[in-house]
Order: sequence, then structure tokens, then C-alpha cells
Amino acid sequence: MLFGGRKKKGVENPQTELYGHCLQLYTQPPLENISLVEFEQFAVDRMKLLKTVENLGVTHIKTSEDYSKKLHAEISSLNFPHRTEVSTFIVPAVASEYEKRRKDHISHFILRLAYCQTEDLRRWFIQQEMDLFRHRFNDLSPKSKSDFLHRNSLQYETISVEEKKSLMEKLINSSYAFSGCTVEEQDFYKVPFQDALDLVRMRKVFVKDGFAYVPHQDIVTIVLNDYRTRLSKALALTARSLPVVQSDERLQPLLSHLSHAYVGQDYSIQKNIGKISLEQIDSLSTKSFPPCMRQLHKALRDSHHLRHGGRMQYGLFLKGIGLTLDQALQFWRAEFLRGKVDADKFDKAYAYSIRHMFGKEGKRTDYTPYSCMKVILSNPPSQGDHHGCPFRHSDPELLKQKLQSYKISSGGINQILELVKGMHYQLACQKYFELTHSIDDAGFSLNHPNQYFSESQKLLTGGKEVKRELDSPRRPHAAAGSENSKAPPETPSSSNRVPQEVMDDLDSFFQEE
Amino acid sequence: MSEAACLPELLPLYYRRLFPFSQYHRWLSYGGVTKNYFQNREFSFTLKDDIYVRYQSFSNQNELEKEIQKMNPYKIDIGAVYSHRPNQHNTVKSGTFQALEKELVFDIDMTDYDDVRRCCSSADICTKCWILMTIAIRIIDRALREDFGFRHLLWVYSGRRGVHCWVCDEAARKLSVAARSAVAEYLTLVKGGEETVKKVQLSDPVHPFIKESLAVVRRYFTDYALVGQDIMGSKESMDKVVALVPDDILAALQAEKNPTKRWEKLKVIVQQKQASSKKSYYTEEEIMLQYCYPRLDVNVSKGVNHLLKSPFSVHPKTGRISVPIDLRELGQFNPFDVPTIRSVFGIFSDYKRTSLAKYVKLFDQFVEEMERSRKGELLRRTDLQKDF
Repeated sequence: MLFGGRKKKGVENPQTELYGHCLQLYTQPPLENISLVEFEQFAVDRMKLLKTVENLGVTHIKTSEDYSKKLHAEISSLNFPHRTEVSTFIVPAVASEYEKRRKDHISHFILRLAYCQTEDLRRWFIQQEMDLFRHRFNDLSPKSKSDFLHRNSLQYETISVEEKKSLMEKLINSSYAFSGCTVEEQDFYKVPFQDALDLVRMRKVFVKDGFAYVPHQDIVTIVLNDYRTRLSKALALTARSLPVVQSDERLQPLLSHLSHAYVGQDYSIQKNIGKISLEQIDSLSTKSFPPCMRQLHKALRDSHHLRHGGRMQYGLFLKGIGLTLDQALQFWRAEFLRGKVDADKFDKAYAYSIRHMFGKEGKRTDYTPYSCMKVILSNPPSQGDHHGCPFRHSDPELLKQKLQSYKISSGGINQILELVKGMHYQLACQKYFELTHSIDDAGFSLNHPNQYFSESQKLLTGGKEVKRELDSPRRPHAAAGSENSKAPPETPSSSNRVPQEVMDDLDSFFQEE
Repeated sequence: MSEAACLPELLPLYYRRLFPFSQYHRWLSYGGVTKNYFQNREFSFTLKDDIYVRYQSFSNQNELEKEIQKMNPYKIDIGAVYSHRPNQHNTVKSGTFQALEKELVFDIDMTDYDDVRRCCSSADICTKCWILMTIAIRIIDRALREDFGFRHLLWVYSGRRGVHCWVCDEAARKLSVAARSAVAEYLTLVKGGEETVKKVQLSDPVHPFIKESLAVVRRYFTDYALVGQDIMGSKESMDKVVALVPDDILAALQAEKNPTKRWEKLKVIVQQKQASSKKSYYTEEEIMLQYCYPRLDVNVSKGVNHLLKSPFSVHPKTGRISVPIDLRELGQFNPFDVPTIRSVFGIFSDYKRTSLAKYVKLFDQFVEEMERSRKGELLRRTDLQKDF
């Protein structure tokens, strides 16, 4: 992209083919000139769209009608393209449709610049873009879908009628949407299993000889897989050229504001280092630890050991609440020595990994404490593990018993279990916070175990310890999993030329929720 | 003297006389098709006094032999093939040293079954619970071959309480992290940690993979679980089984004195429930799977750079050699007959000397089969080219 001060004249362009379909995979970056004003406007609009995607994704089932309707409304109101009745074989006669597609294209690439820098940012961006894509693809007419597949060279061979007959029963049993007649009616594609990982992972397709037999109705998953891989590679490449872009003082403030607005507090920088003493941990674990960490602490005390997943999740949490490396070493060592581990073995095997957590070994990356999303979504616990999120990973019966042992009222337990049933794990934890701290409204949107801890400490110590960075307004309908209002607004450098109104607009947008 | 204590004395002899360096090198060179494939492979050694060294790499078989004979590692791990020679990774520009390829591996460990075996726990194994490994191998081997199309699988006894599988096909070696984790998840049926009682849930429709796996489990269930583990034999163990059943039927089961008949009774009760209900009950299947289905450590399979114990490495605690397992004679495999560092040199007054020969031969056949397959593939490709 070349940046100039003037706006591009006219609509003549060689990119008709590029915008021949309302949906695209963003394989080619935009080559035209674009004004700064448009640059910012496009970026902000797409940010708003992706934030809506995130919020809706947490509070709704992604394939529900409600979700689709709301997302569709947002896409329209922000002037992004969606399913269009206009034939895609002629140059879109309506200039605004073309404009929408162009905006879609350019805004995507701008946000790549903002979101390529860290693993967390990339993951967030890819997740929202994929959800957005999935919605838009599913919204297309069947013909439009096929057209899209052809344009993007995703040609996989369909299986013959004979093969289908011989595999009939297996195909029927590979997905719950099927009966004998739907199998006969649909085309099945033979896709190398590496291209259909999401379907294979969940056993939603029949797999034979290294091929997944994908029904036409599921082809979106294949496309999504392809999209994710491309986007992931592209972001890694973008990150390498970022220094050049960031040195452009017109862009730097905007880009860093955009990405900062998402990241907010990740507890990677330790505050209150050394303010906690090891003797306090037992009592803190029952008062201020979220259930996931309380559970891990208890398991550690009981068996004098934790497996790797538990050590990581709990160890990083402890780092986040302010334990120093020395304290951590002392803590783990004392506990492990009570068990089967001897001092020698601890020093050789486990001490290394604790130092690793604090960035003192190996890659020397300072590892960040896990957010709720990470705990809920990655590395599910298996036999012998105590990590994970109790609201997500425990049997409802066992969870109930545990809550009872924590002396939660039965009314409160029911509320929690209802939320768990609706898969609102973070809201369930928030409810647990409210019940254990005897308040009606937590006043924050829970998305990080360390956030739970600092909010709890704030309440219990009357706000003297931790300085709040931003006042977060009470939000009774807060969607769990989305947060950004704790991010301090970036003060643009004086030499920037981004119009102040745009920056103000951004500020107010990000504080609005 | 224990096996462990003999290591310092016997390892040098082992590495000089018995370790199959030639086949090992042929294996890991994969026909020399890719340049520097062997040279860029990471090995790690655990030396005496628990000293652990990573990023070992070698230029050729001779260097590998000399280094190992010099260092006498207590344990050898194999890692990934990297973009550069691992032993020079510090000289490479930061960020460019990357793990590129590695075999797809699986690690099945008996400790992960502690909640469902009564005979042993933790690192202990016996012939009764070893059947779980037999079941695991049959299920996973079938799936990797028939479902995923892999052909070159090496199953190895880990030396103490489990088995490893090395999938060596070219396609397997090139798999991404996401693909490896997808395969591992496809193969996972038992889910949940300490906090989960019912670890297997089935619902309609039952995927063909589950059906195939159940067929294997059914073959072994009676002997393993009902007889060997006697899961219906005591109130305590029945409690655990009954916890997996939707209704409170413990009393009804206790009324029947014969443990095998108790299982039959359980099936009947479930069938009755099924008859009067619209939804499908897979209680019997779910129990069988929870007790017998393989439990994989997904993390071992996911990482391209993950290091796994090498075949023919010696287990430092038991002294047993990690030997390949012959799947044609899987039913007869007995981990207690596997040669140890002492037995292989005949250092037992009352036992005959055991031999590594048949295991080396198995390994040799495995490597040869891959070489044959590679030649065949090459011929096919050149044939295609000739047509043009």
C-alpha cells in the first residue's frame, strides 16, 4: 500500500476481478493509494465489526438465528458487504456494493498491521476473522458457495456413486445430520485429511486411507481451515515488515492504539512484586483465588505434587499475583519435598522449569499467566490432572459438591449451574465471585484468573493495595471474555498528523463498553 | 546389584557390541532423499548423574557411534529434524533455527489407567494389566493404517510401563502441529481428569472409528476386566462401575453373587431401560471403553520438536532395553521377558542369557520395508515422467 495525502480519483481500476465476489480470502494486498482519513475510518469500522463478532460469539451459539441476525445487522450498518442478490458475473453495477467490497479488502489488511505483533493479538484476530468469514460464507446461496470455491481453486474430487454405495453405512454414521437419502443426494468430496483437520479432530467425517470424506454441507470447515493457515502465515510475514510501517509517524499512533485496545491487562508485567508472603497463600487461596487456582493449590497441598499442566497454570498465576522467583522456588520446593521428590531431583528437574517460567532460562521469554480463554480452551485435563477450568471441565455433579464444600448457598449453586449449562463459564465464575464476596454485582467482566485475584484483594483490603488504572463502569450485561476498557488510552505523540477528531472517536469507542 | 547400578559398567559394552548402529542410521537417513536429514536431527542424552544435554547432532554413522561410545548415555532421546545442525544452533540467527519435520509419535503409559486398574498403580505393571497395552496397540495401529493411510509404524516397548509408536511415513513426518493434535484428538475417547467420573460419553450416530475400536475392546473385555481385574468382584470396584450407569442399580447387582453374571445382569437392566426409552443408551459400551480404551498423552504427539526415548535405549531404572514389538506375535509379548542390560550379557547365575538378536532383526525388517517402499515410489514417479 502506498500512502499519499490525496484521495484516489474515480472508480476506474483493474481490480474488478478481485471484487467479483462479495467474499474473499484476502490473498492479494490492495495496491491503490488511500487517504489517511479513509485509512482510519476503515480500520475503526472493521474493529467495531470484529468486536461485535467477539461479543456475539461469547453470548450466543454461533450458528443460531439470533446470532446471524445480529451479526448481519452490524455488517450492514457498518457498510460491509454481505450476501448480495446481485449477480456476481457482471461488474457490480451498484457503486456502493463495490465500495463495500473495497472497504472489506482494505480494512482487513490494515488490521493485519495492528494485530500481527504478538501471539495473543494474532490469535484474537484470526479467531474473529474466522468467525466473521464462517458467518458470511454460510449466508451465501449454494450457487454462490460453489462459485466461491471455484474462484479460489479449492477443487477436491467428488466420490463416485459406486464408492458412495459401498461406504453408505459408514458415511451415514459419520455425522448426525445424515440419513440414507441425504447421503445419496449430496456430493461427497475426498479431501486429504490434512486439509480437513477440524472435521477430523471431532470425528465429524468418515476417514479412510488418509482421506476425509466431506459432504458438501461441511465444506465451509475446509475453507476455514485453509483461511486460518493462510492468515497465520500472512501475519507472521507482516510482523517482519512491521518496523518499516511503524516508523511512519502518521500510522504509528493509530496502529498501536488499535492493538493496545484489545490487549489491555495481561498480567505479564508483575505488579506488587514481593507483597505476598508464602504464609499467606493458604488463606488467600480460599478467599481470593478463583476456583481453578484454589483447586490446584489444594491438590498441591494434598499430594505434594502437580503434573506439568497444573504447574504451568498455577505457577504462572502465582507469578502474576506477585511472587518473586525466589519465593516461587521456595514454595514449590518445600511442597514437593514433602512428597516423593528428593532435594536433588527437585533442583535438577523442577527448578529449571520454574526459572523458565520467570524468563530466566532457555528462550528467556517471560511467560504470561493464562487468561480464562486459554484455560478453558487449551490443554484439557486428563487422568491425574487438576488444571483447567472447574466450570468447564468438572462433572456438574462434582462441581456441585465442590461448591457445597465451599459453603455456597444452594440458590447460588443453581444459578452457577445454569450458567455452566449455557456454557457461560466465565459468567459462572463471576457469579461465584459475587457469592463469595457477598456482593450483587462484581463490577467487572471476568476474563483472567489474576484479575479475579486483584479484584478480590481490592474488595477485601478496601482498595488500598492496588491502584486502579481505569474506572470500569458497572455492566450488568457484561459479556464474558471481552474486555478492553482497562487499556489506558495512548497519548499520540505531538508530531502525528492523525486528525484529533478521529483519535477522540477511537478513545470514546474503546471506553464505551 | 540392581540393574541401575550396573549401568556404568555395562553400557560401554552395550554400545560397543550390541546397539544396532547400522540399521539405526539407515532408519534416520530415510534413504538420503532429503539433504542433511540425518545431520540436522536432534538427539539428546541423559548422562550419568542426571546430566542432560540437548542439541546433539552427528554428520554420519561413524560420528554417531564414536560419540555414543564416548559419552555412554544412560538414555537417548530422538528429537526433530531442524533447519540447521542442532549442535550449531547457537550460531544461527535467532528465530531462523526451526524444527521442520519429525515422525508422528504416540506414548501410551500405564499410569494413565490408574483409575481403572486394580492390580497395580503408578509405575508398576503386571501381566494382568499389560493387556491394556495389547488393546491399545491393536486399536491405534488399525486406525493409523486404515483410517489415516500410514504404513510404516514402529511399536516399541518403553522399558517400564508403556509403549511408544513411531509413524515414519514421509507424510507423517511432514505433519504440522495442528495436524498432529487433530490425529491425537481423533483417537481420543477417554476424557477428563480427577474431577470427572464418567469419562466416555457416546451418542448417536456412533462414528465408524468408535465401532471398530469397540470391536477390539469386546474381544478382550471379559478376560481382562471381568476375570483379570474382577471389576464386578467387590463392592468397592462395583461402586466405580455403577457410578457410570445412569440409575442406581448397585443393590440389584449385589444380589447376584457371581461377578461375571453381574455384568450380564447389568446389560439386561440397561437393555430394559433402552426398550422403554427413545434415546440410545450406550452404557455397556461406555463402561467397556472407560476401562479398556487407550489413553494417549496428546502433548507428546502434538509437538514437532518433542523429544522421545529412542528405540534400543536402556531404561535407567529397570535396565530394560526399549525393543521393537512384533505385532504378528502381539498376544505373546511379555514385558518381563524383554532383555535387560544385565540379562543381555548373561549376568544372572540362574537365568539363561537373553538375546537382542530377534529384536534387531525386527528393526532391520522395518527399515528394509521402508527402503523397499521408497524404491517403489521412486520407480512409479520416474515411470510417470517417462510417459512424457
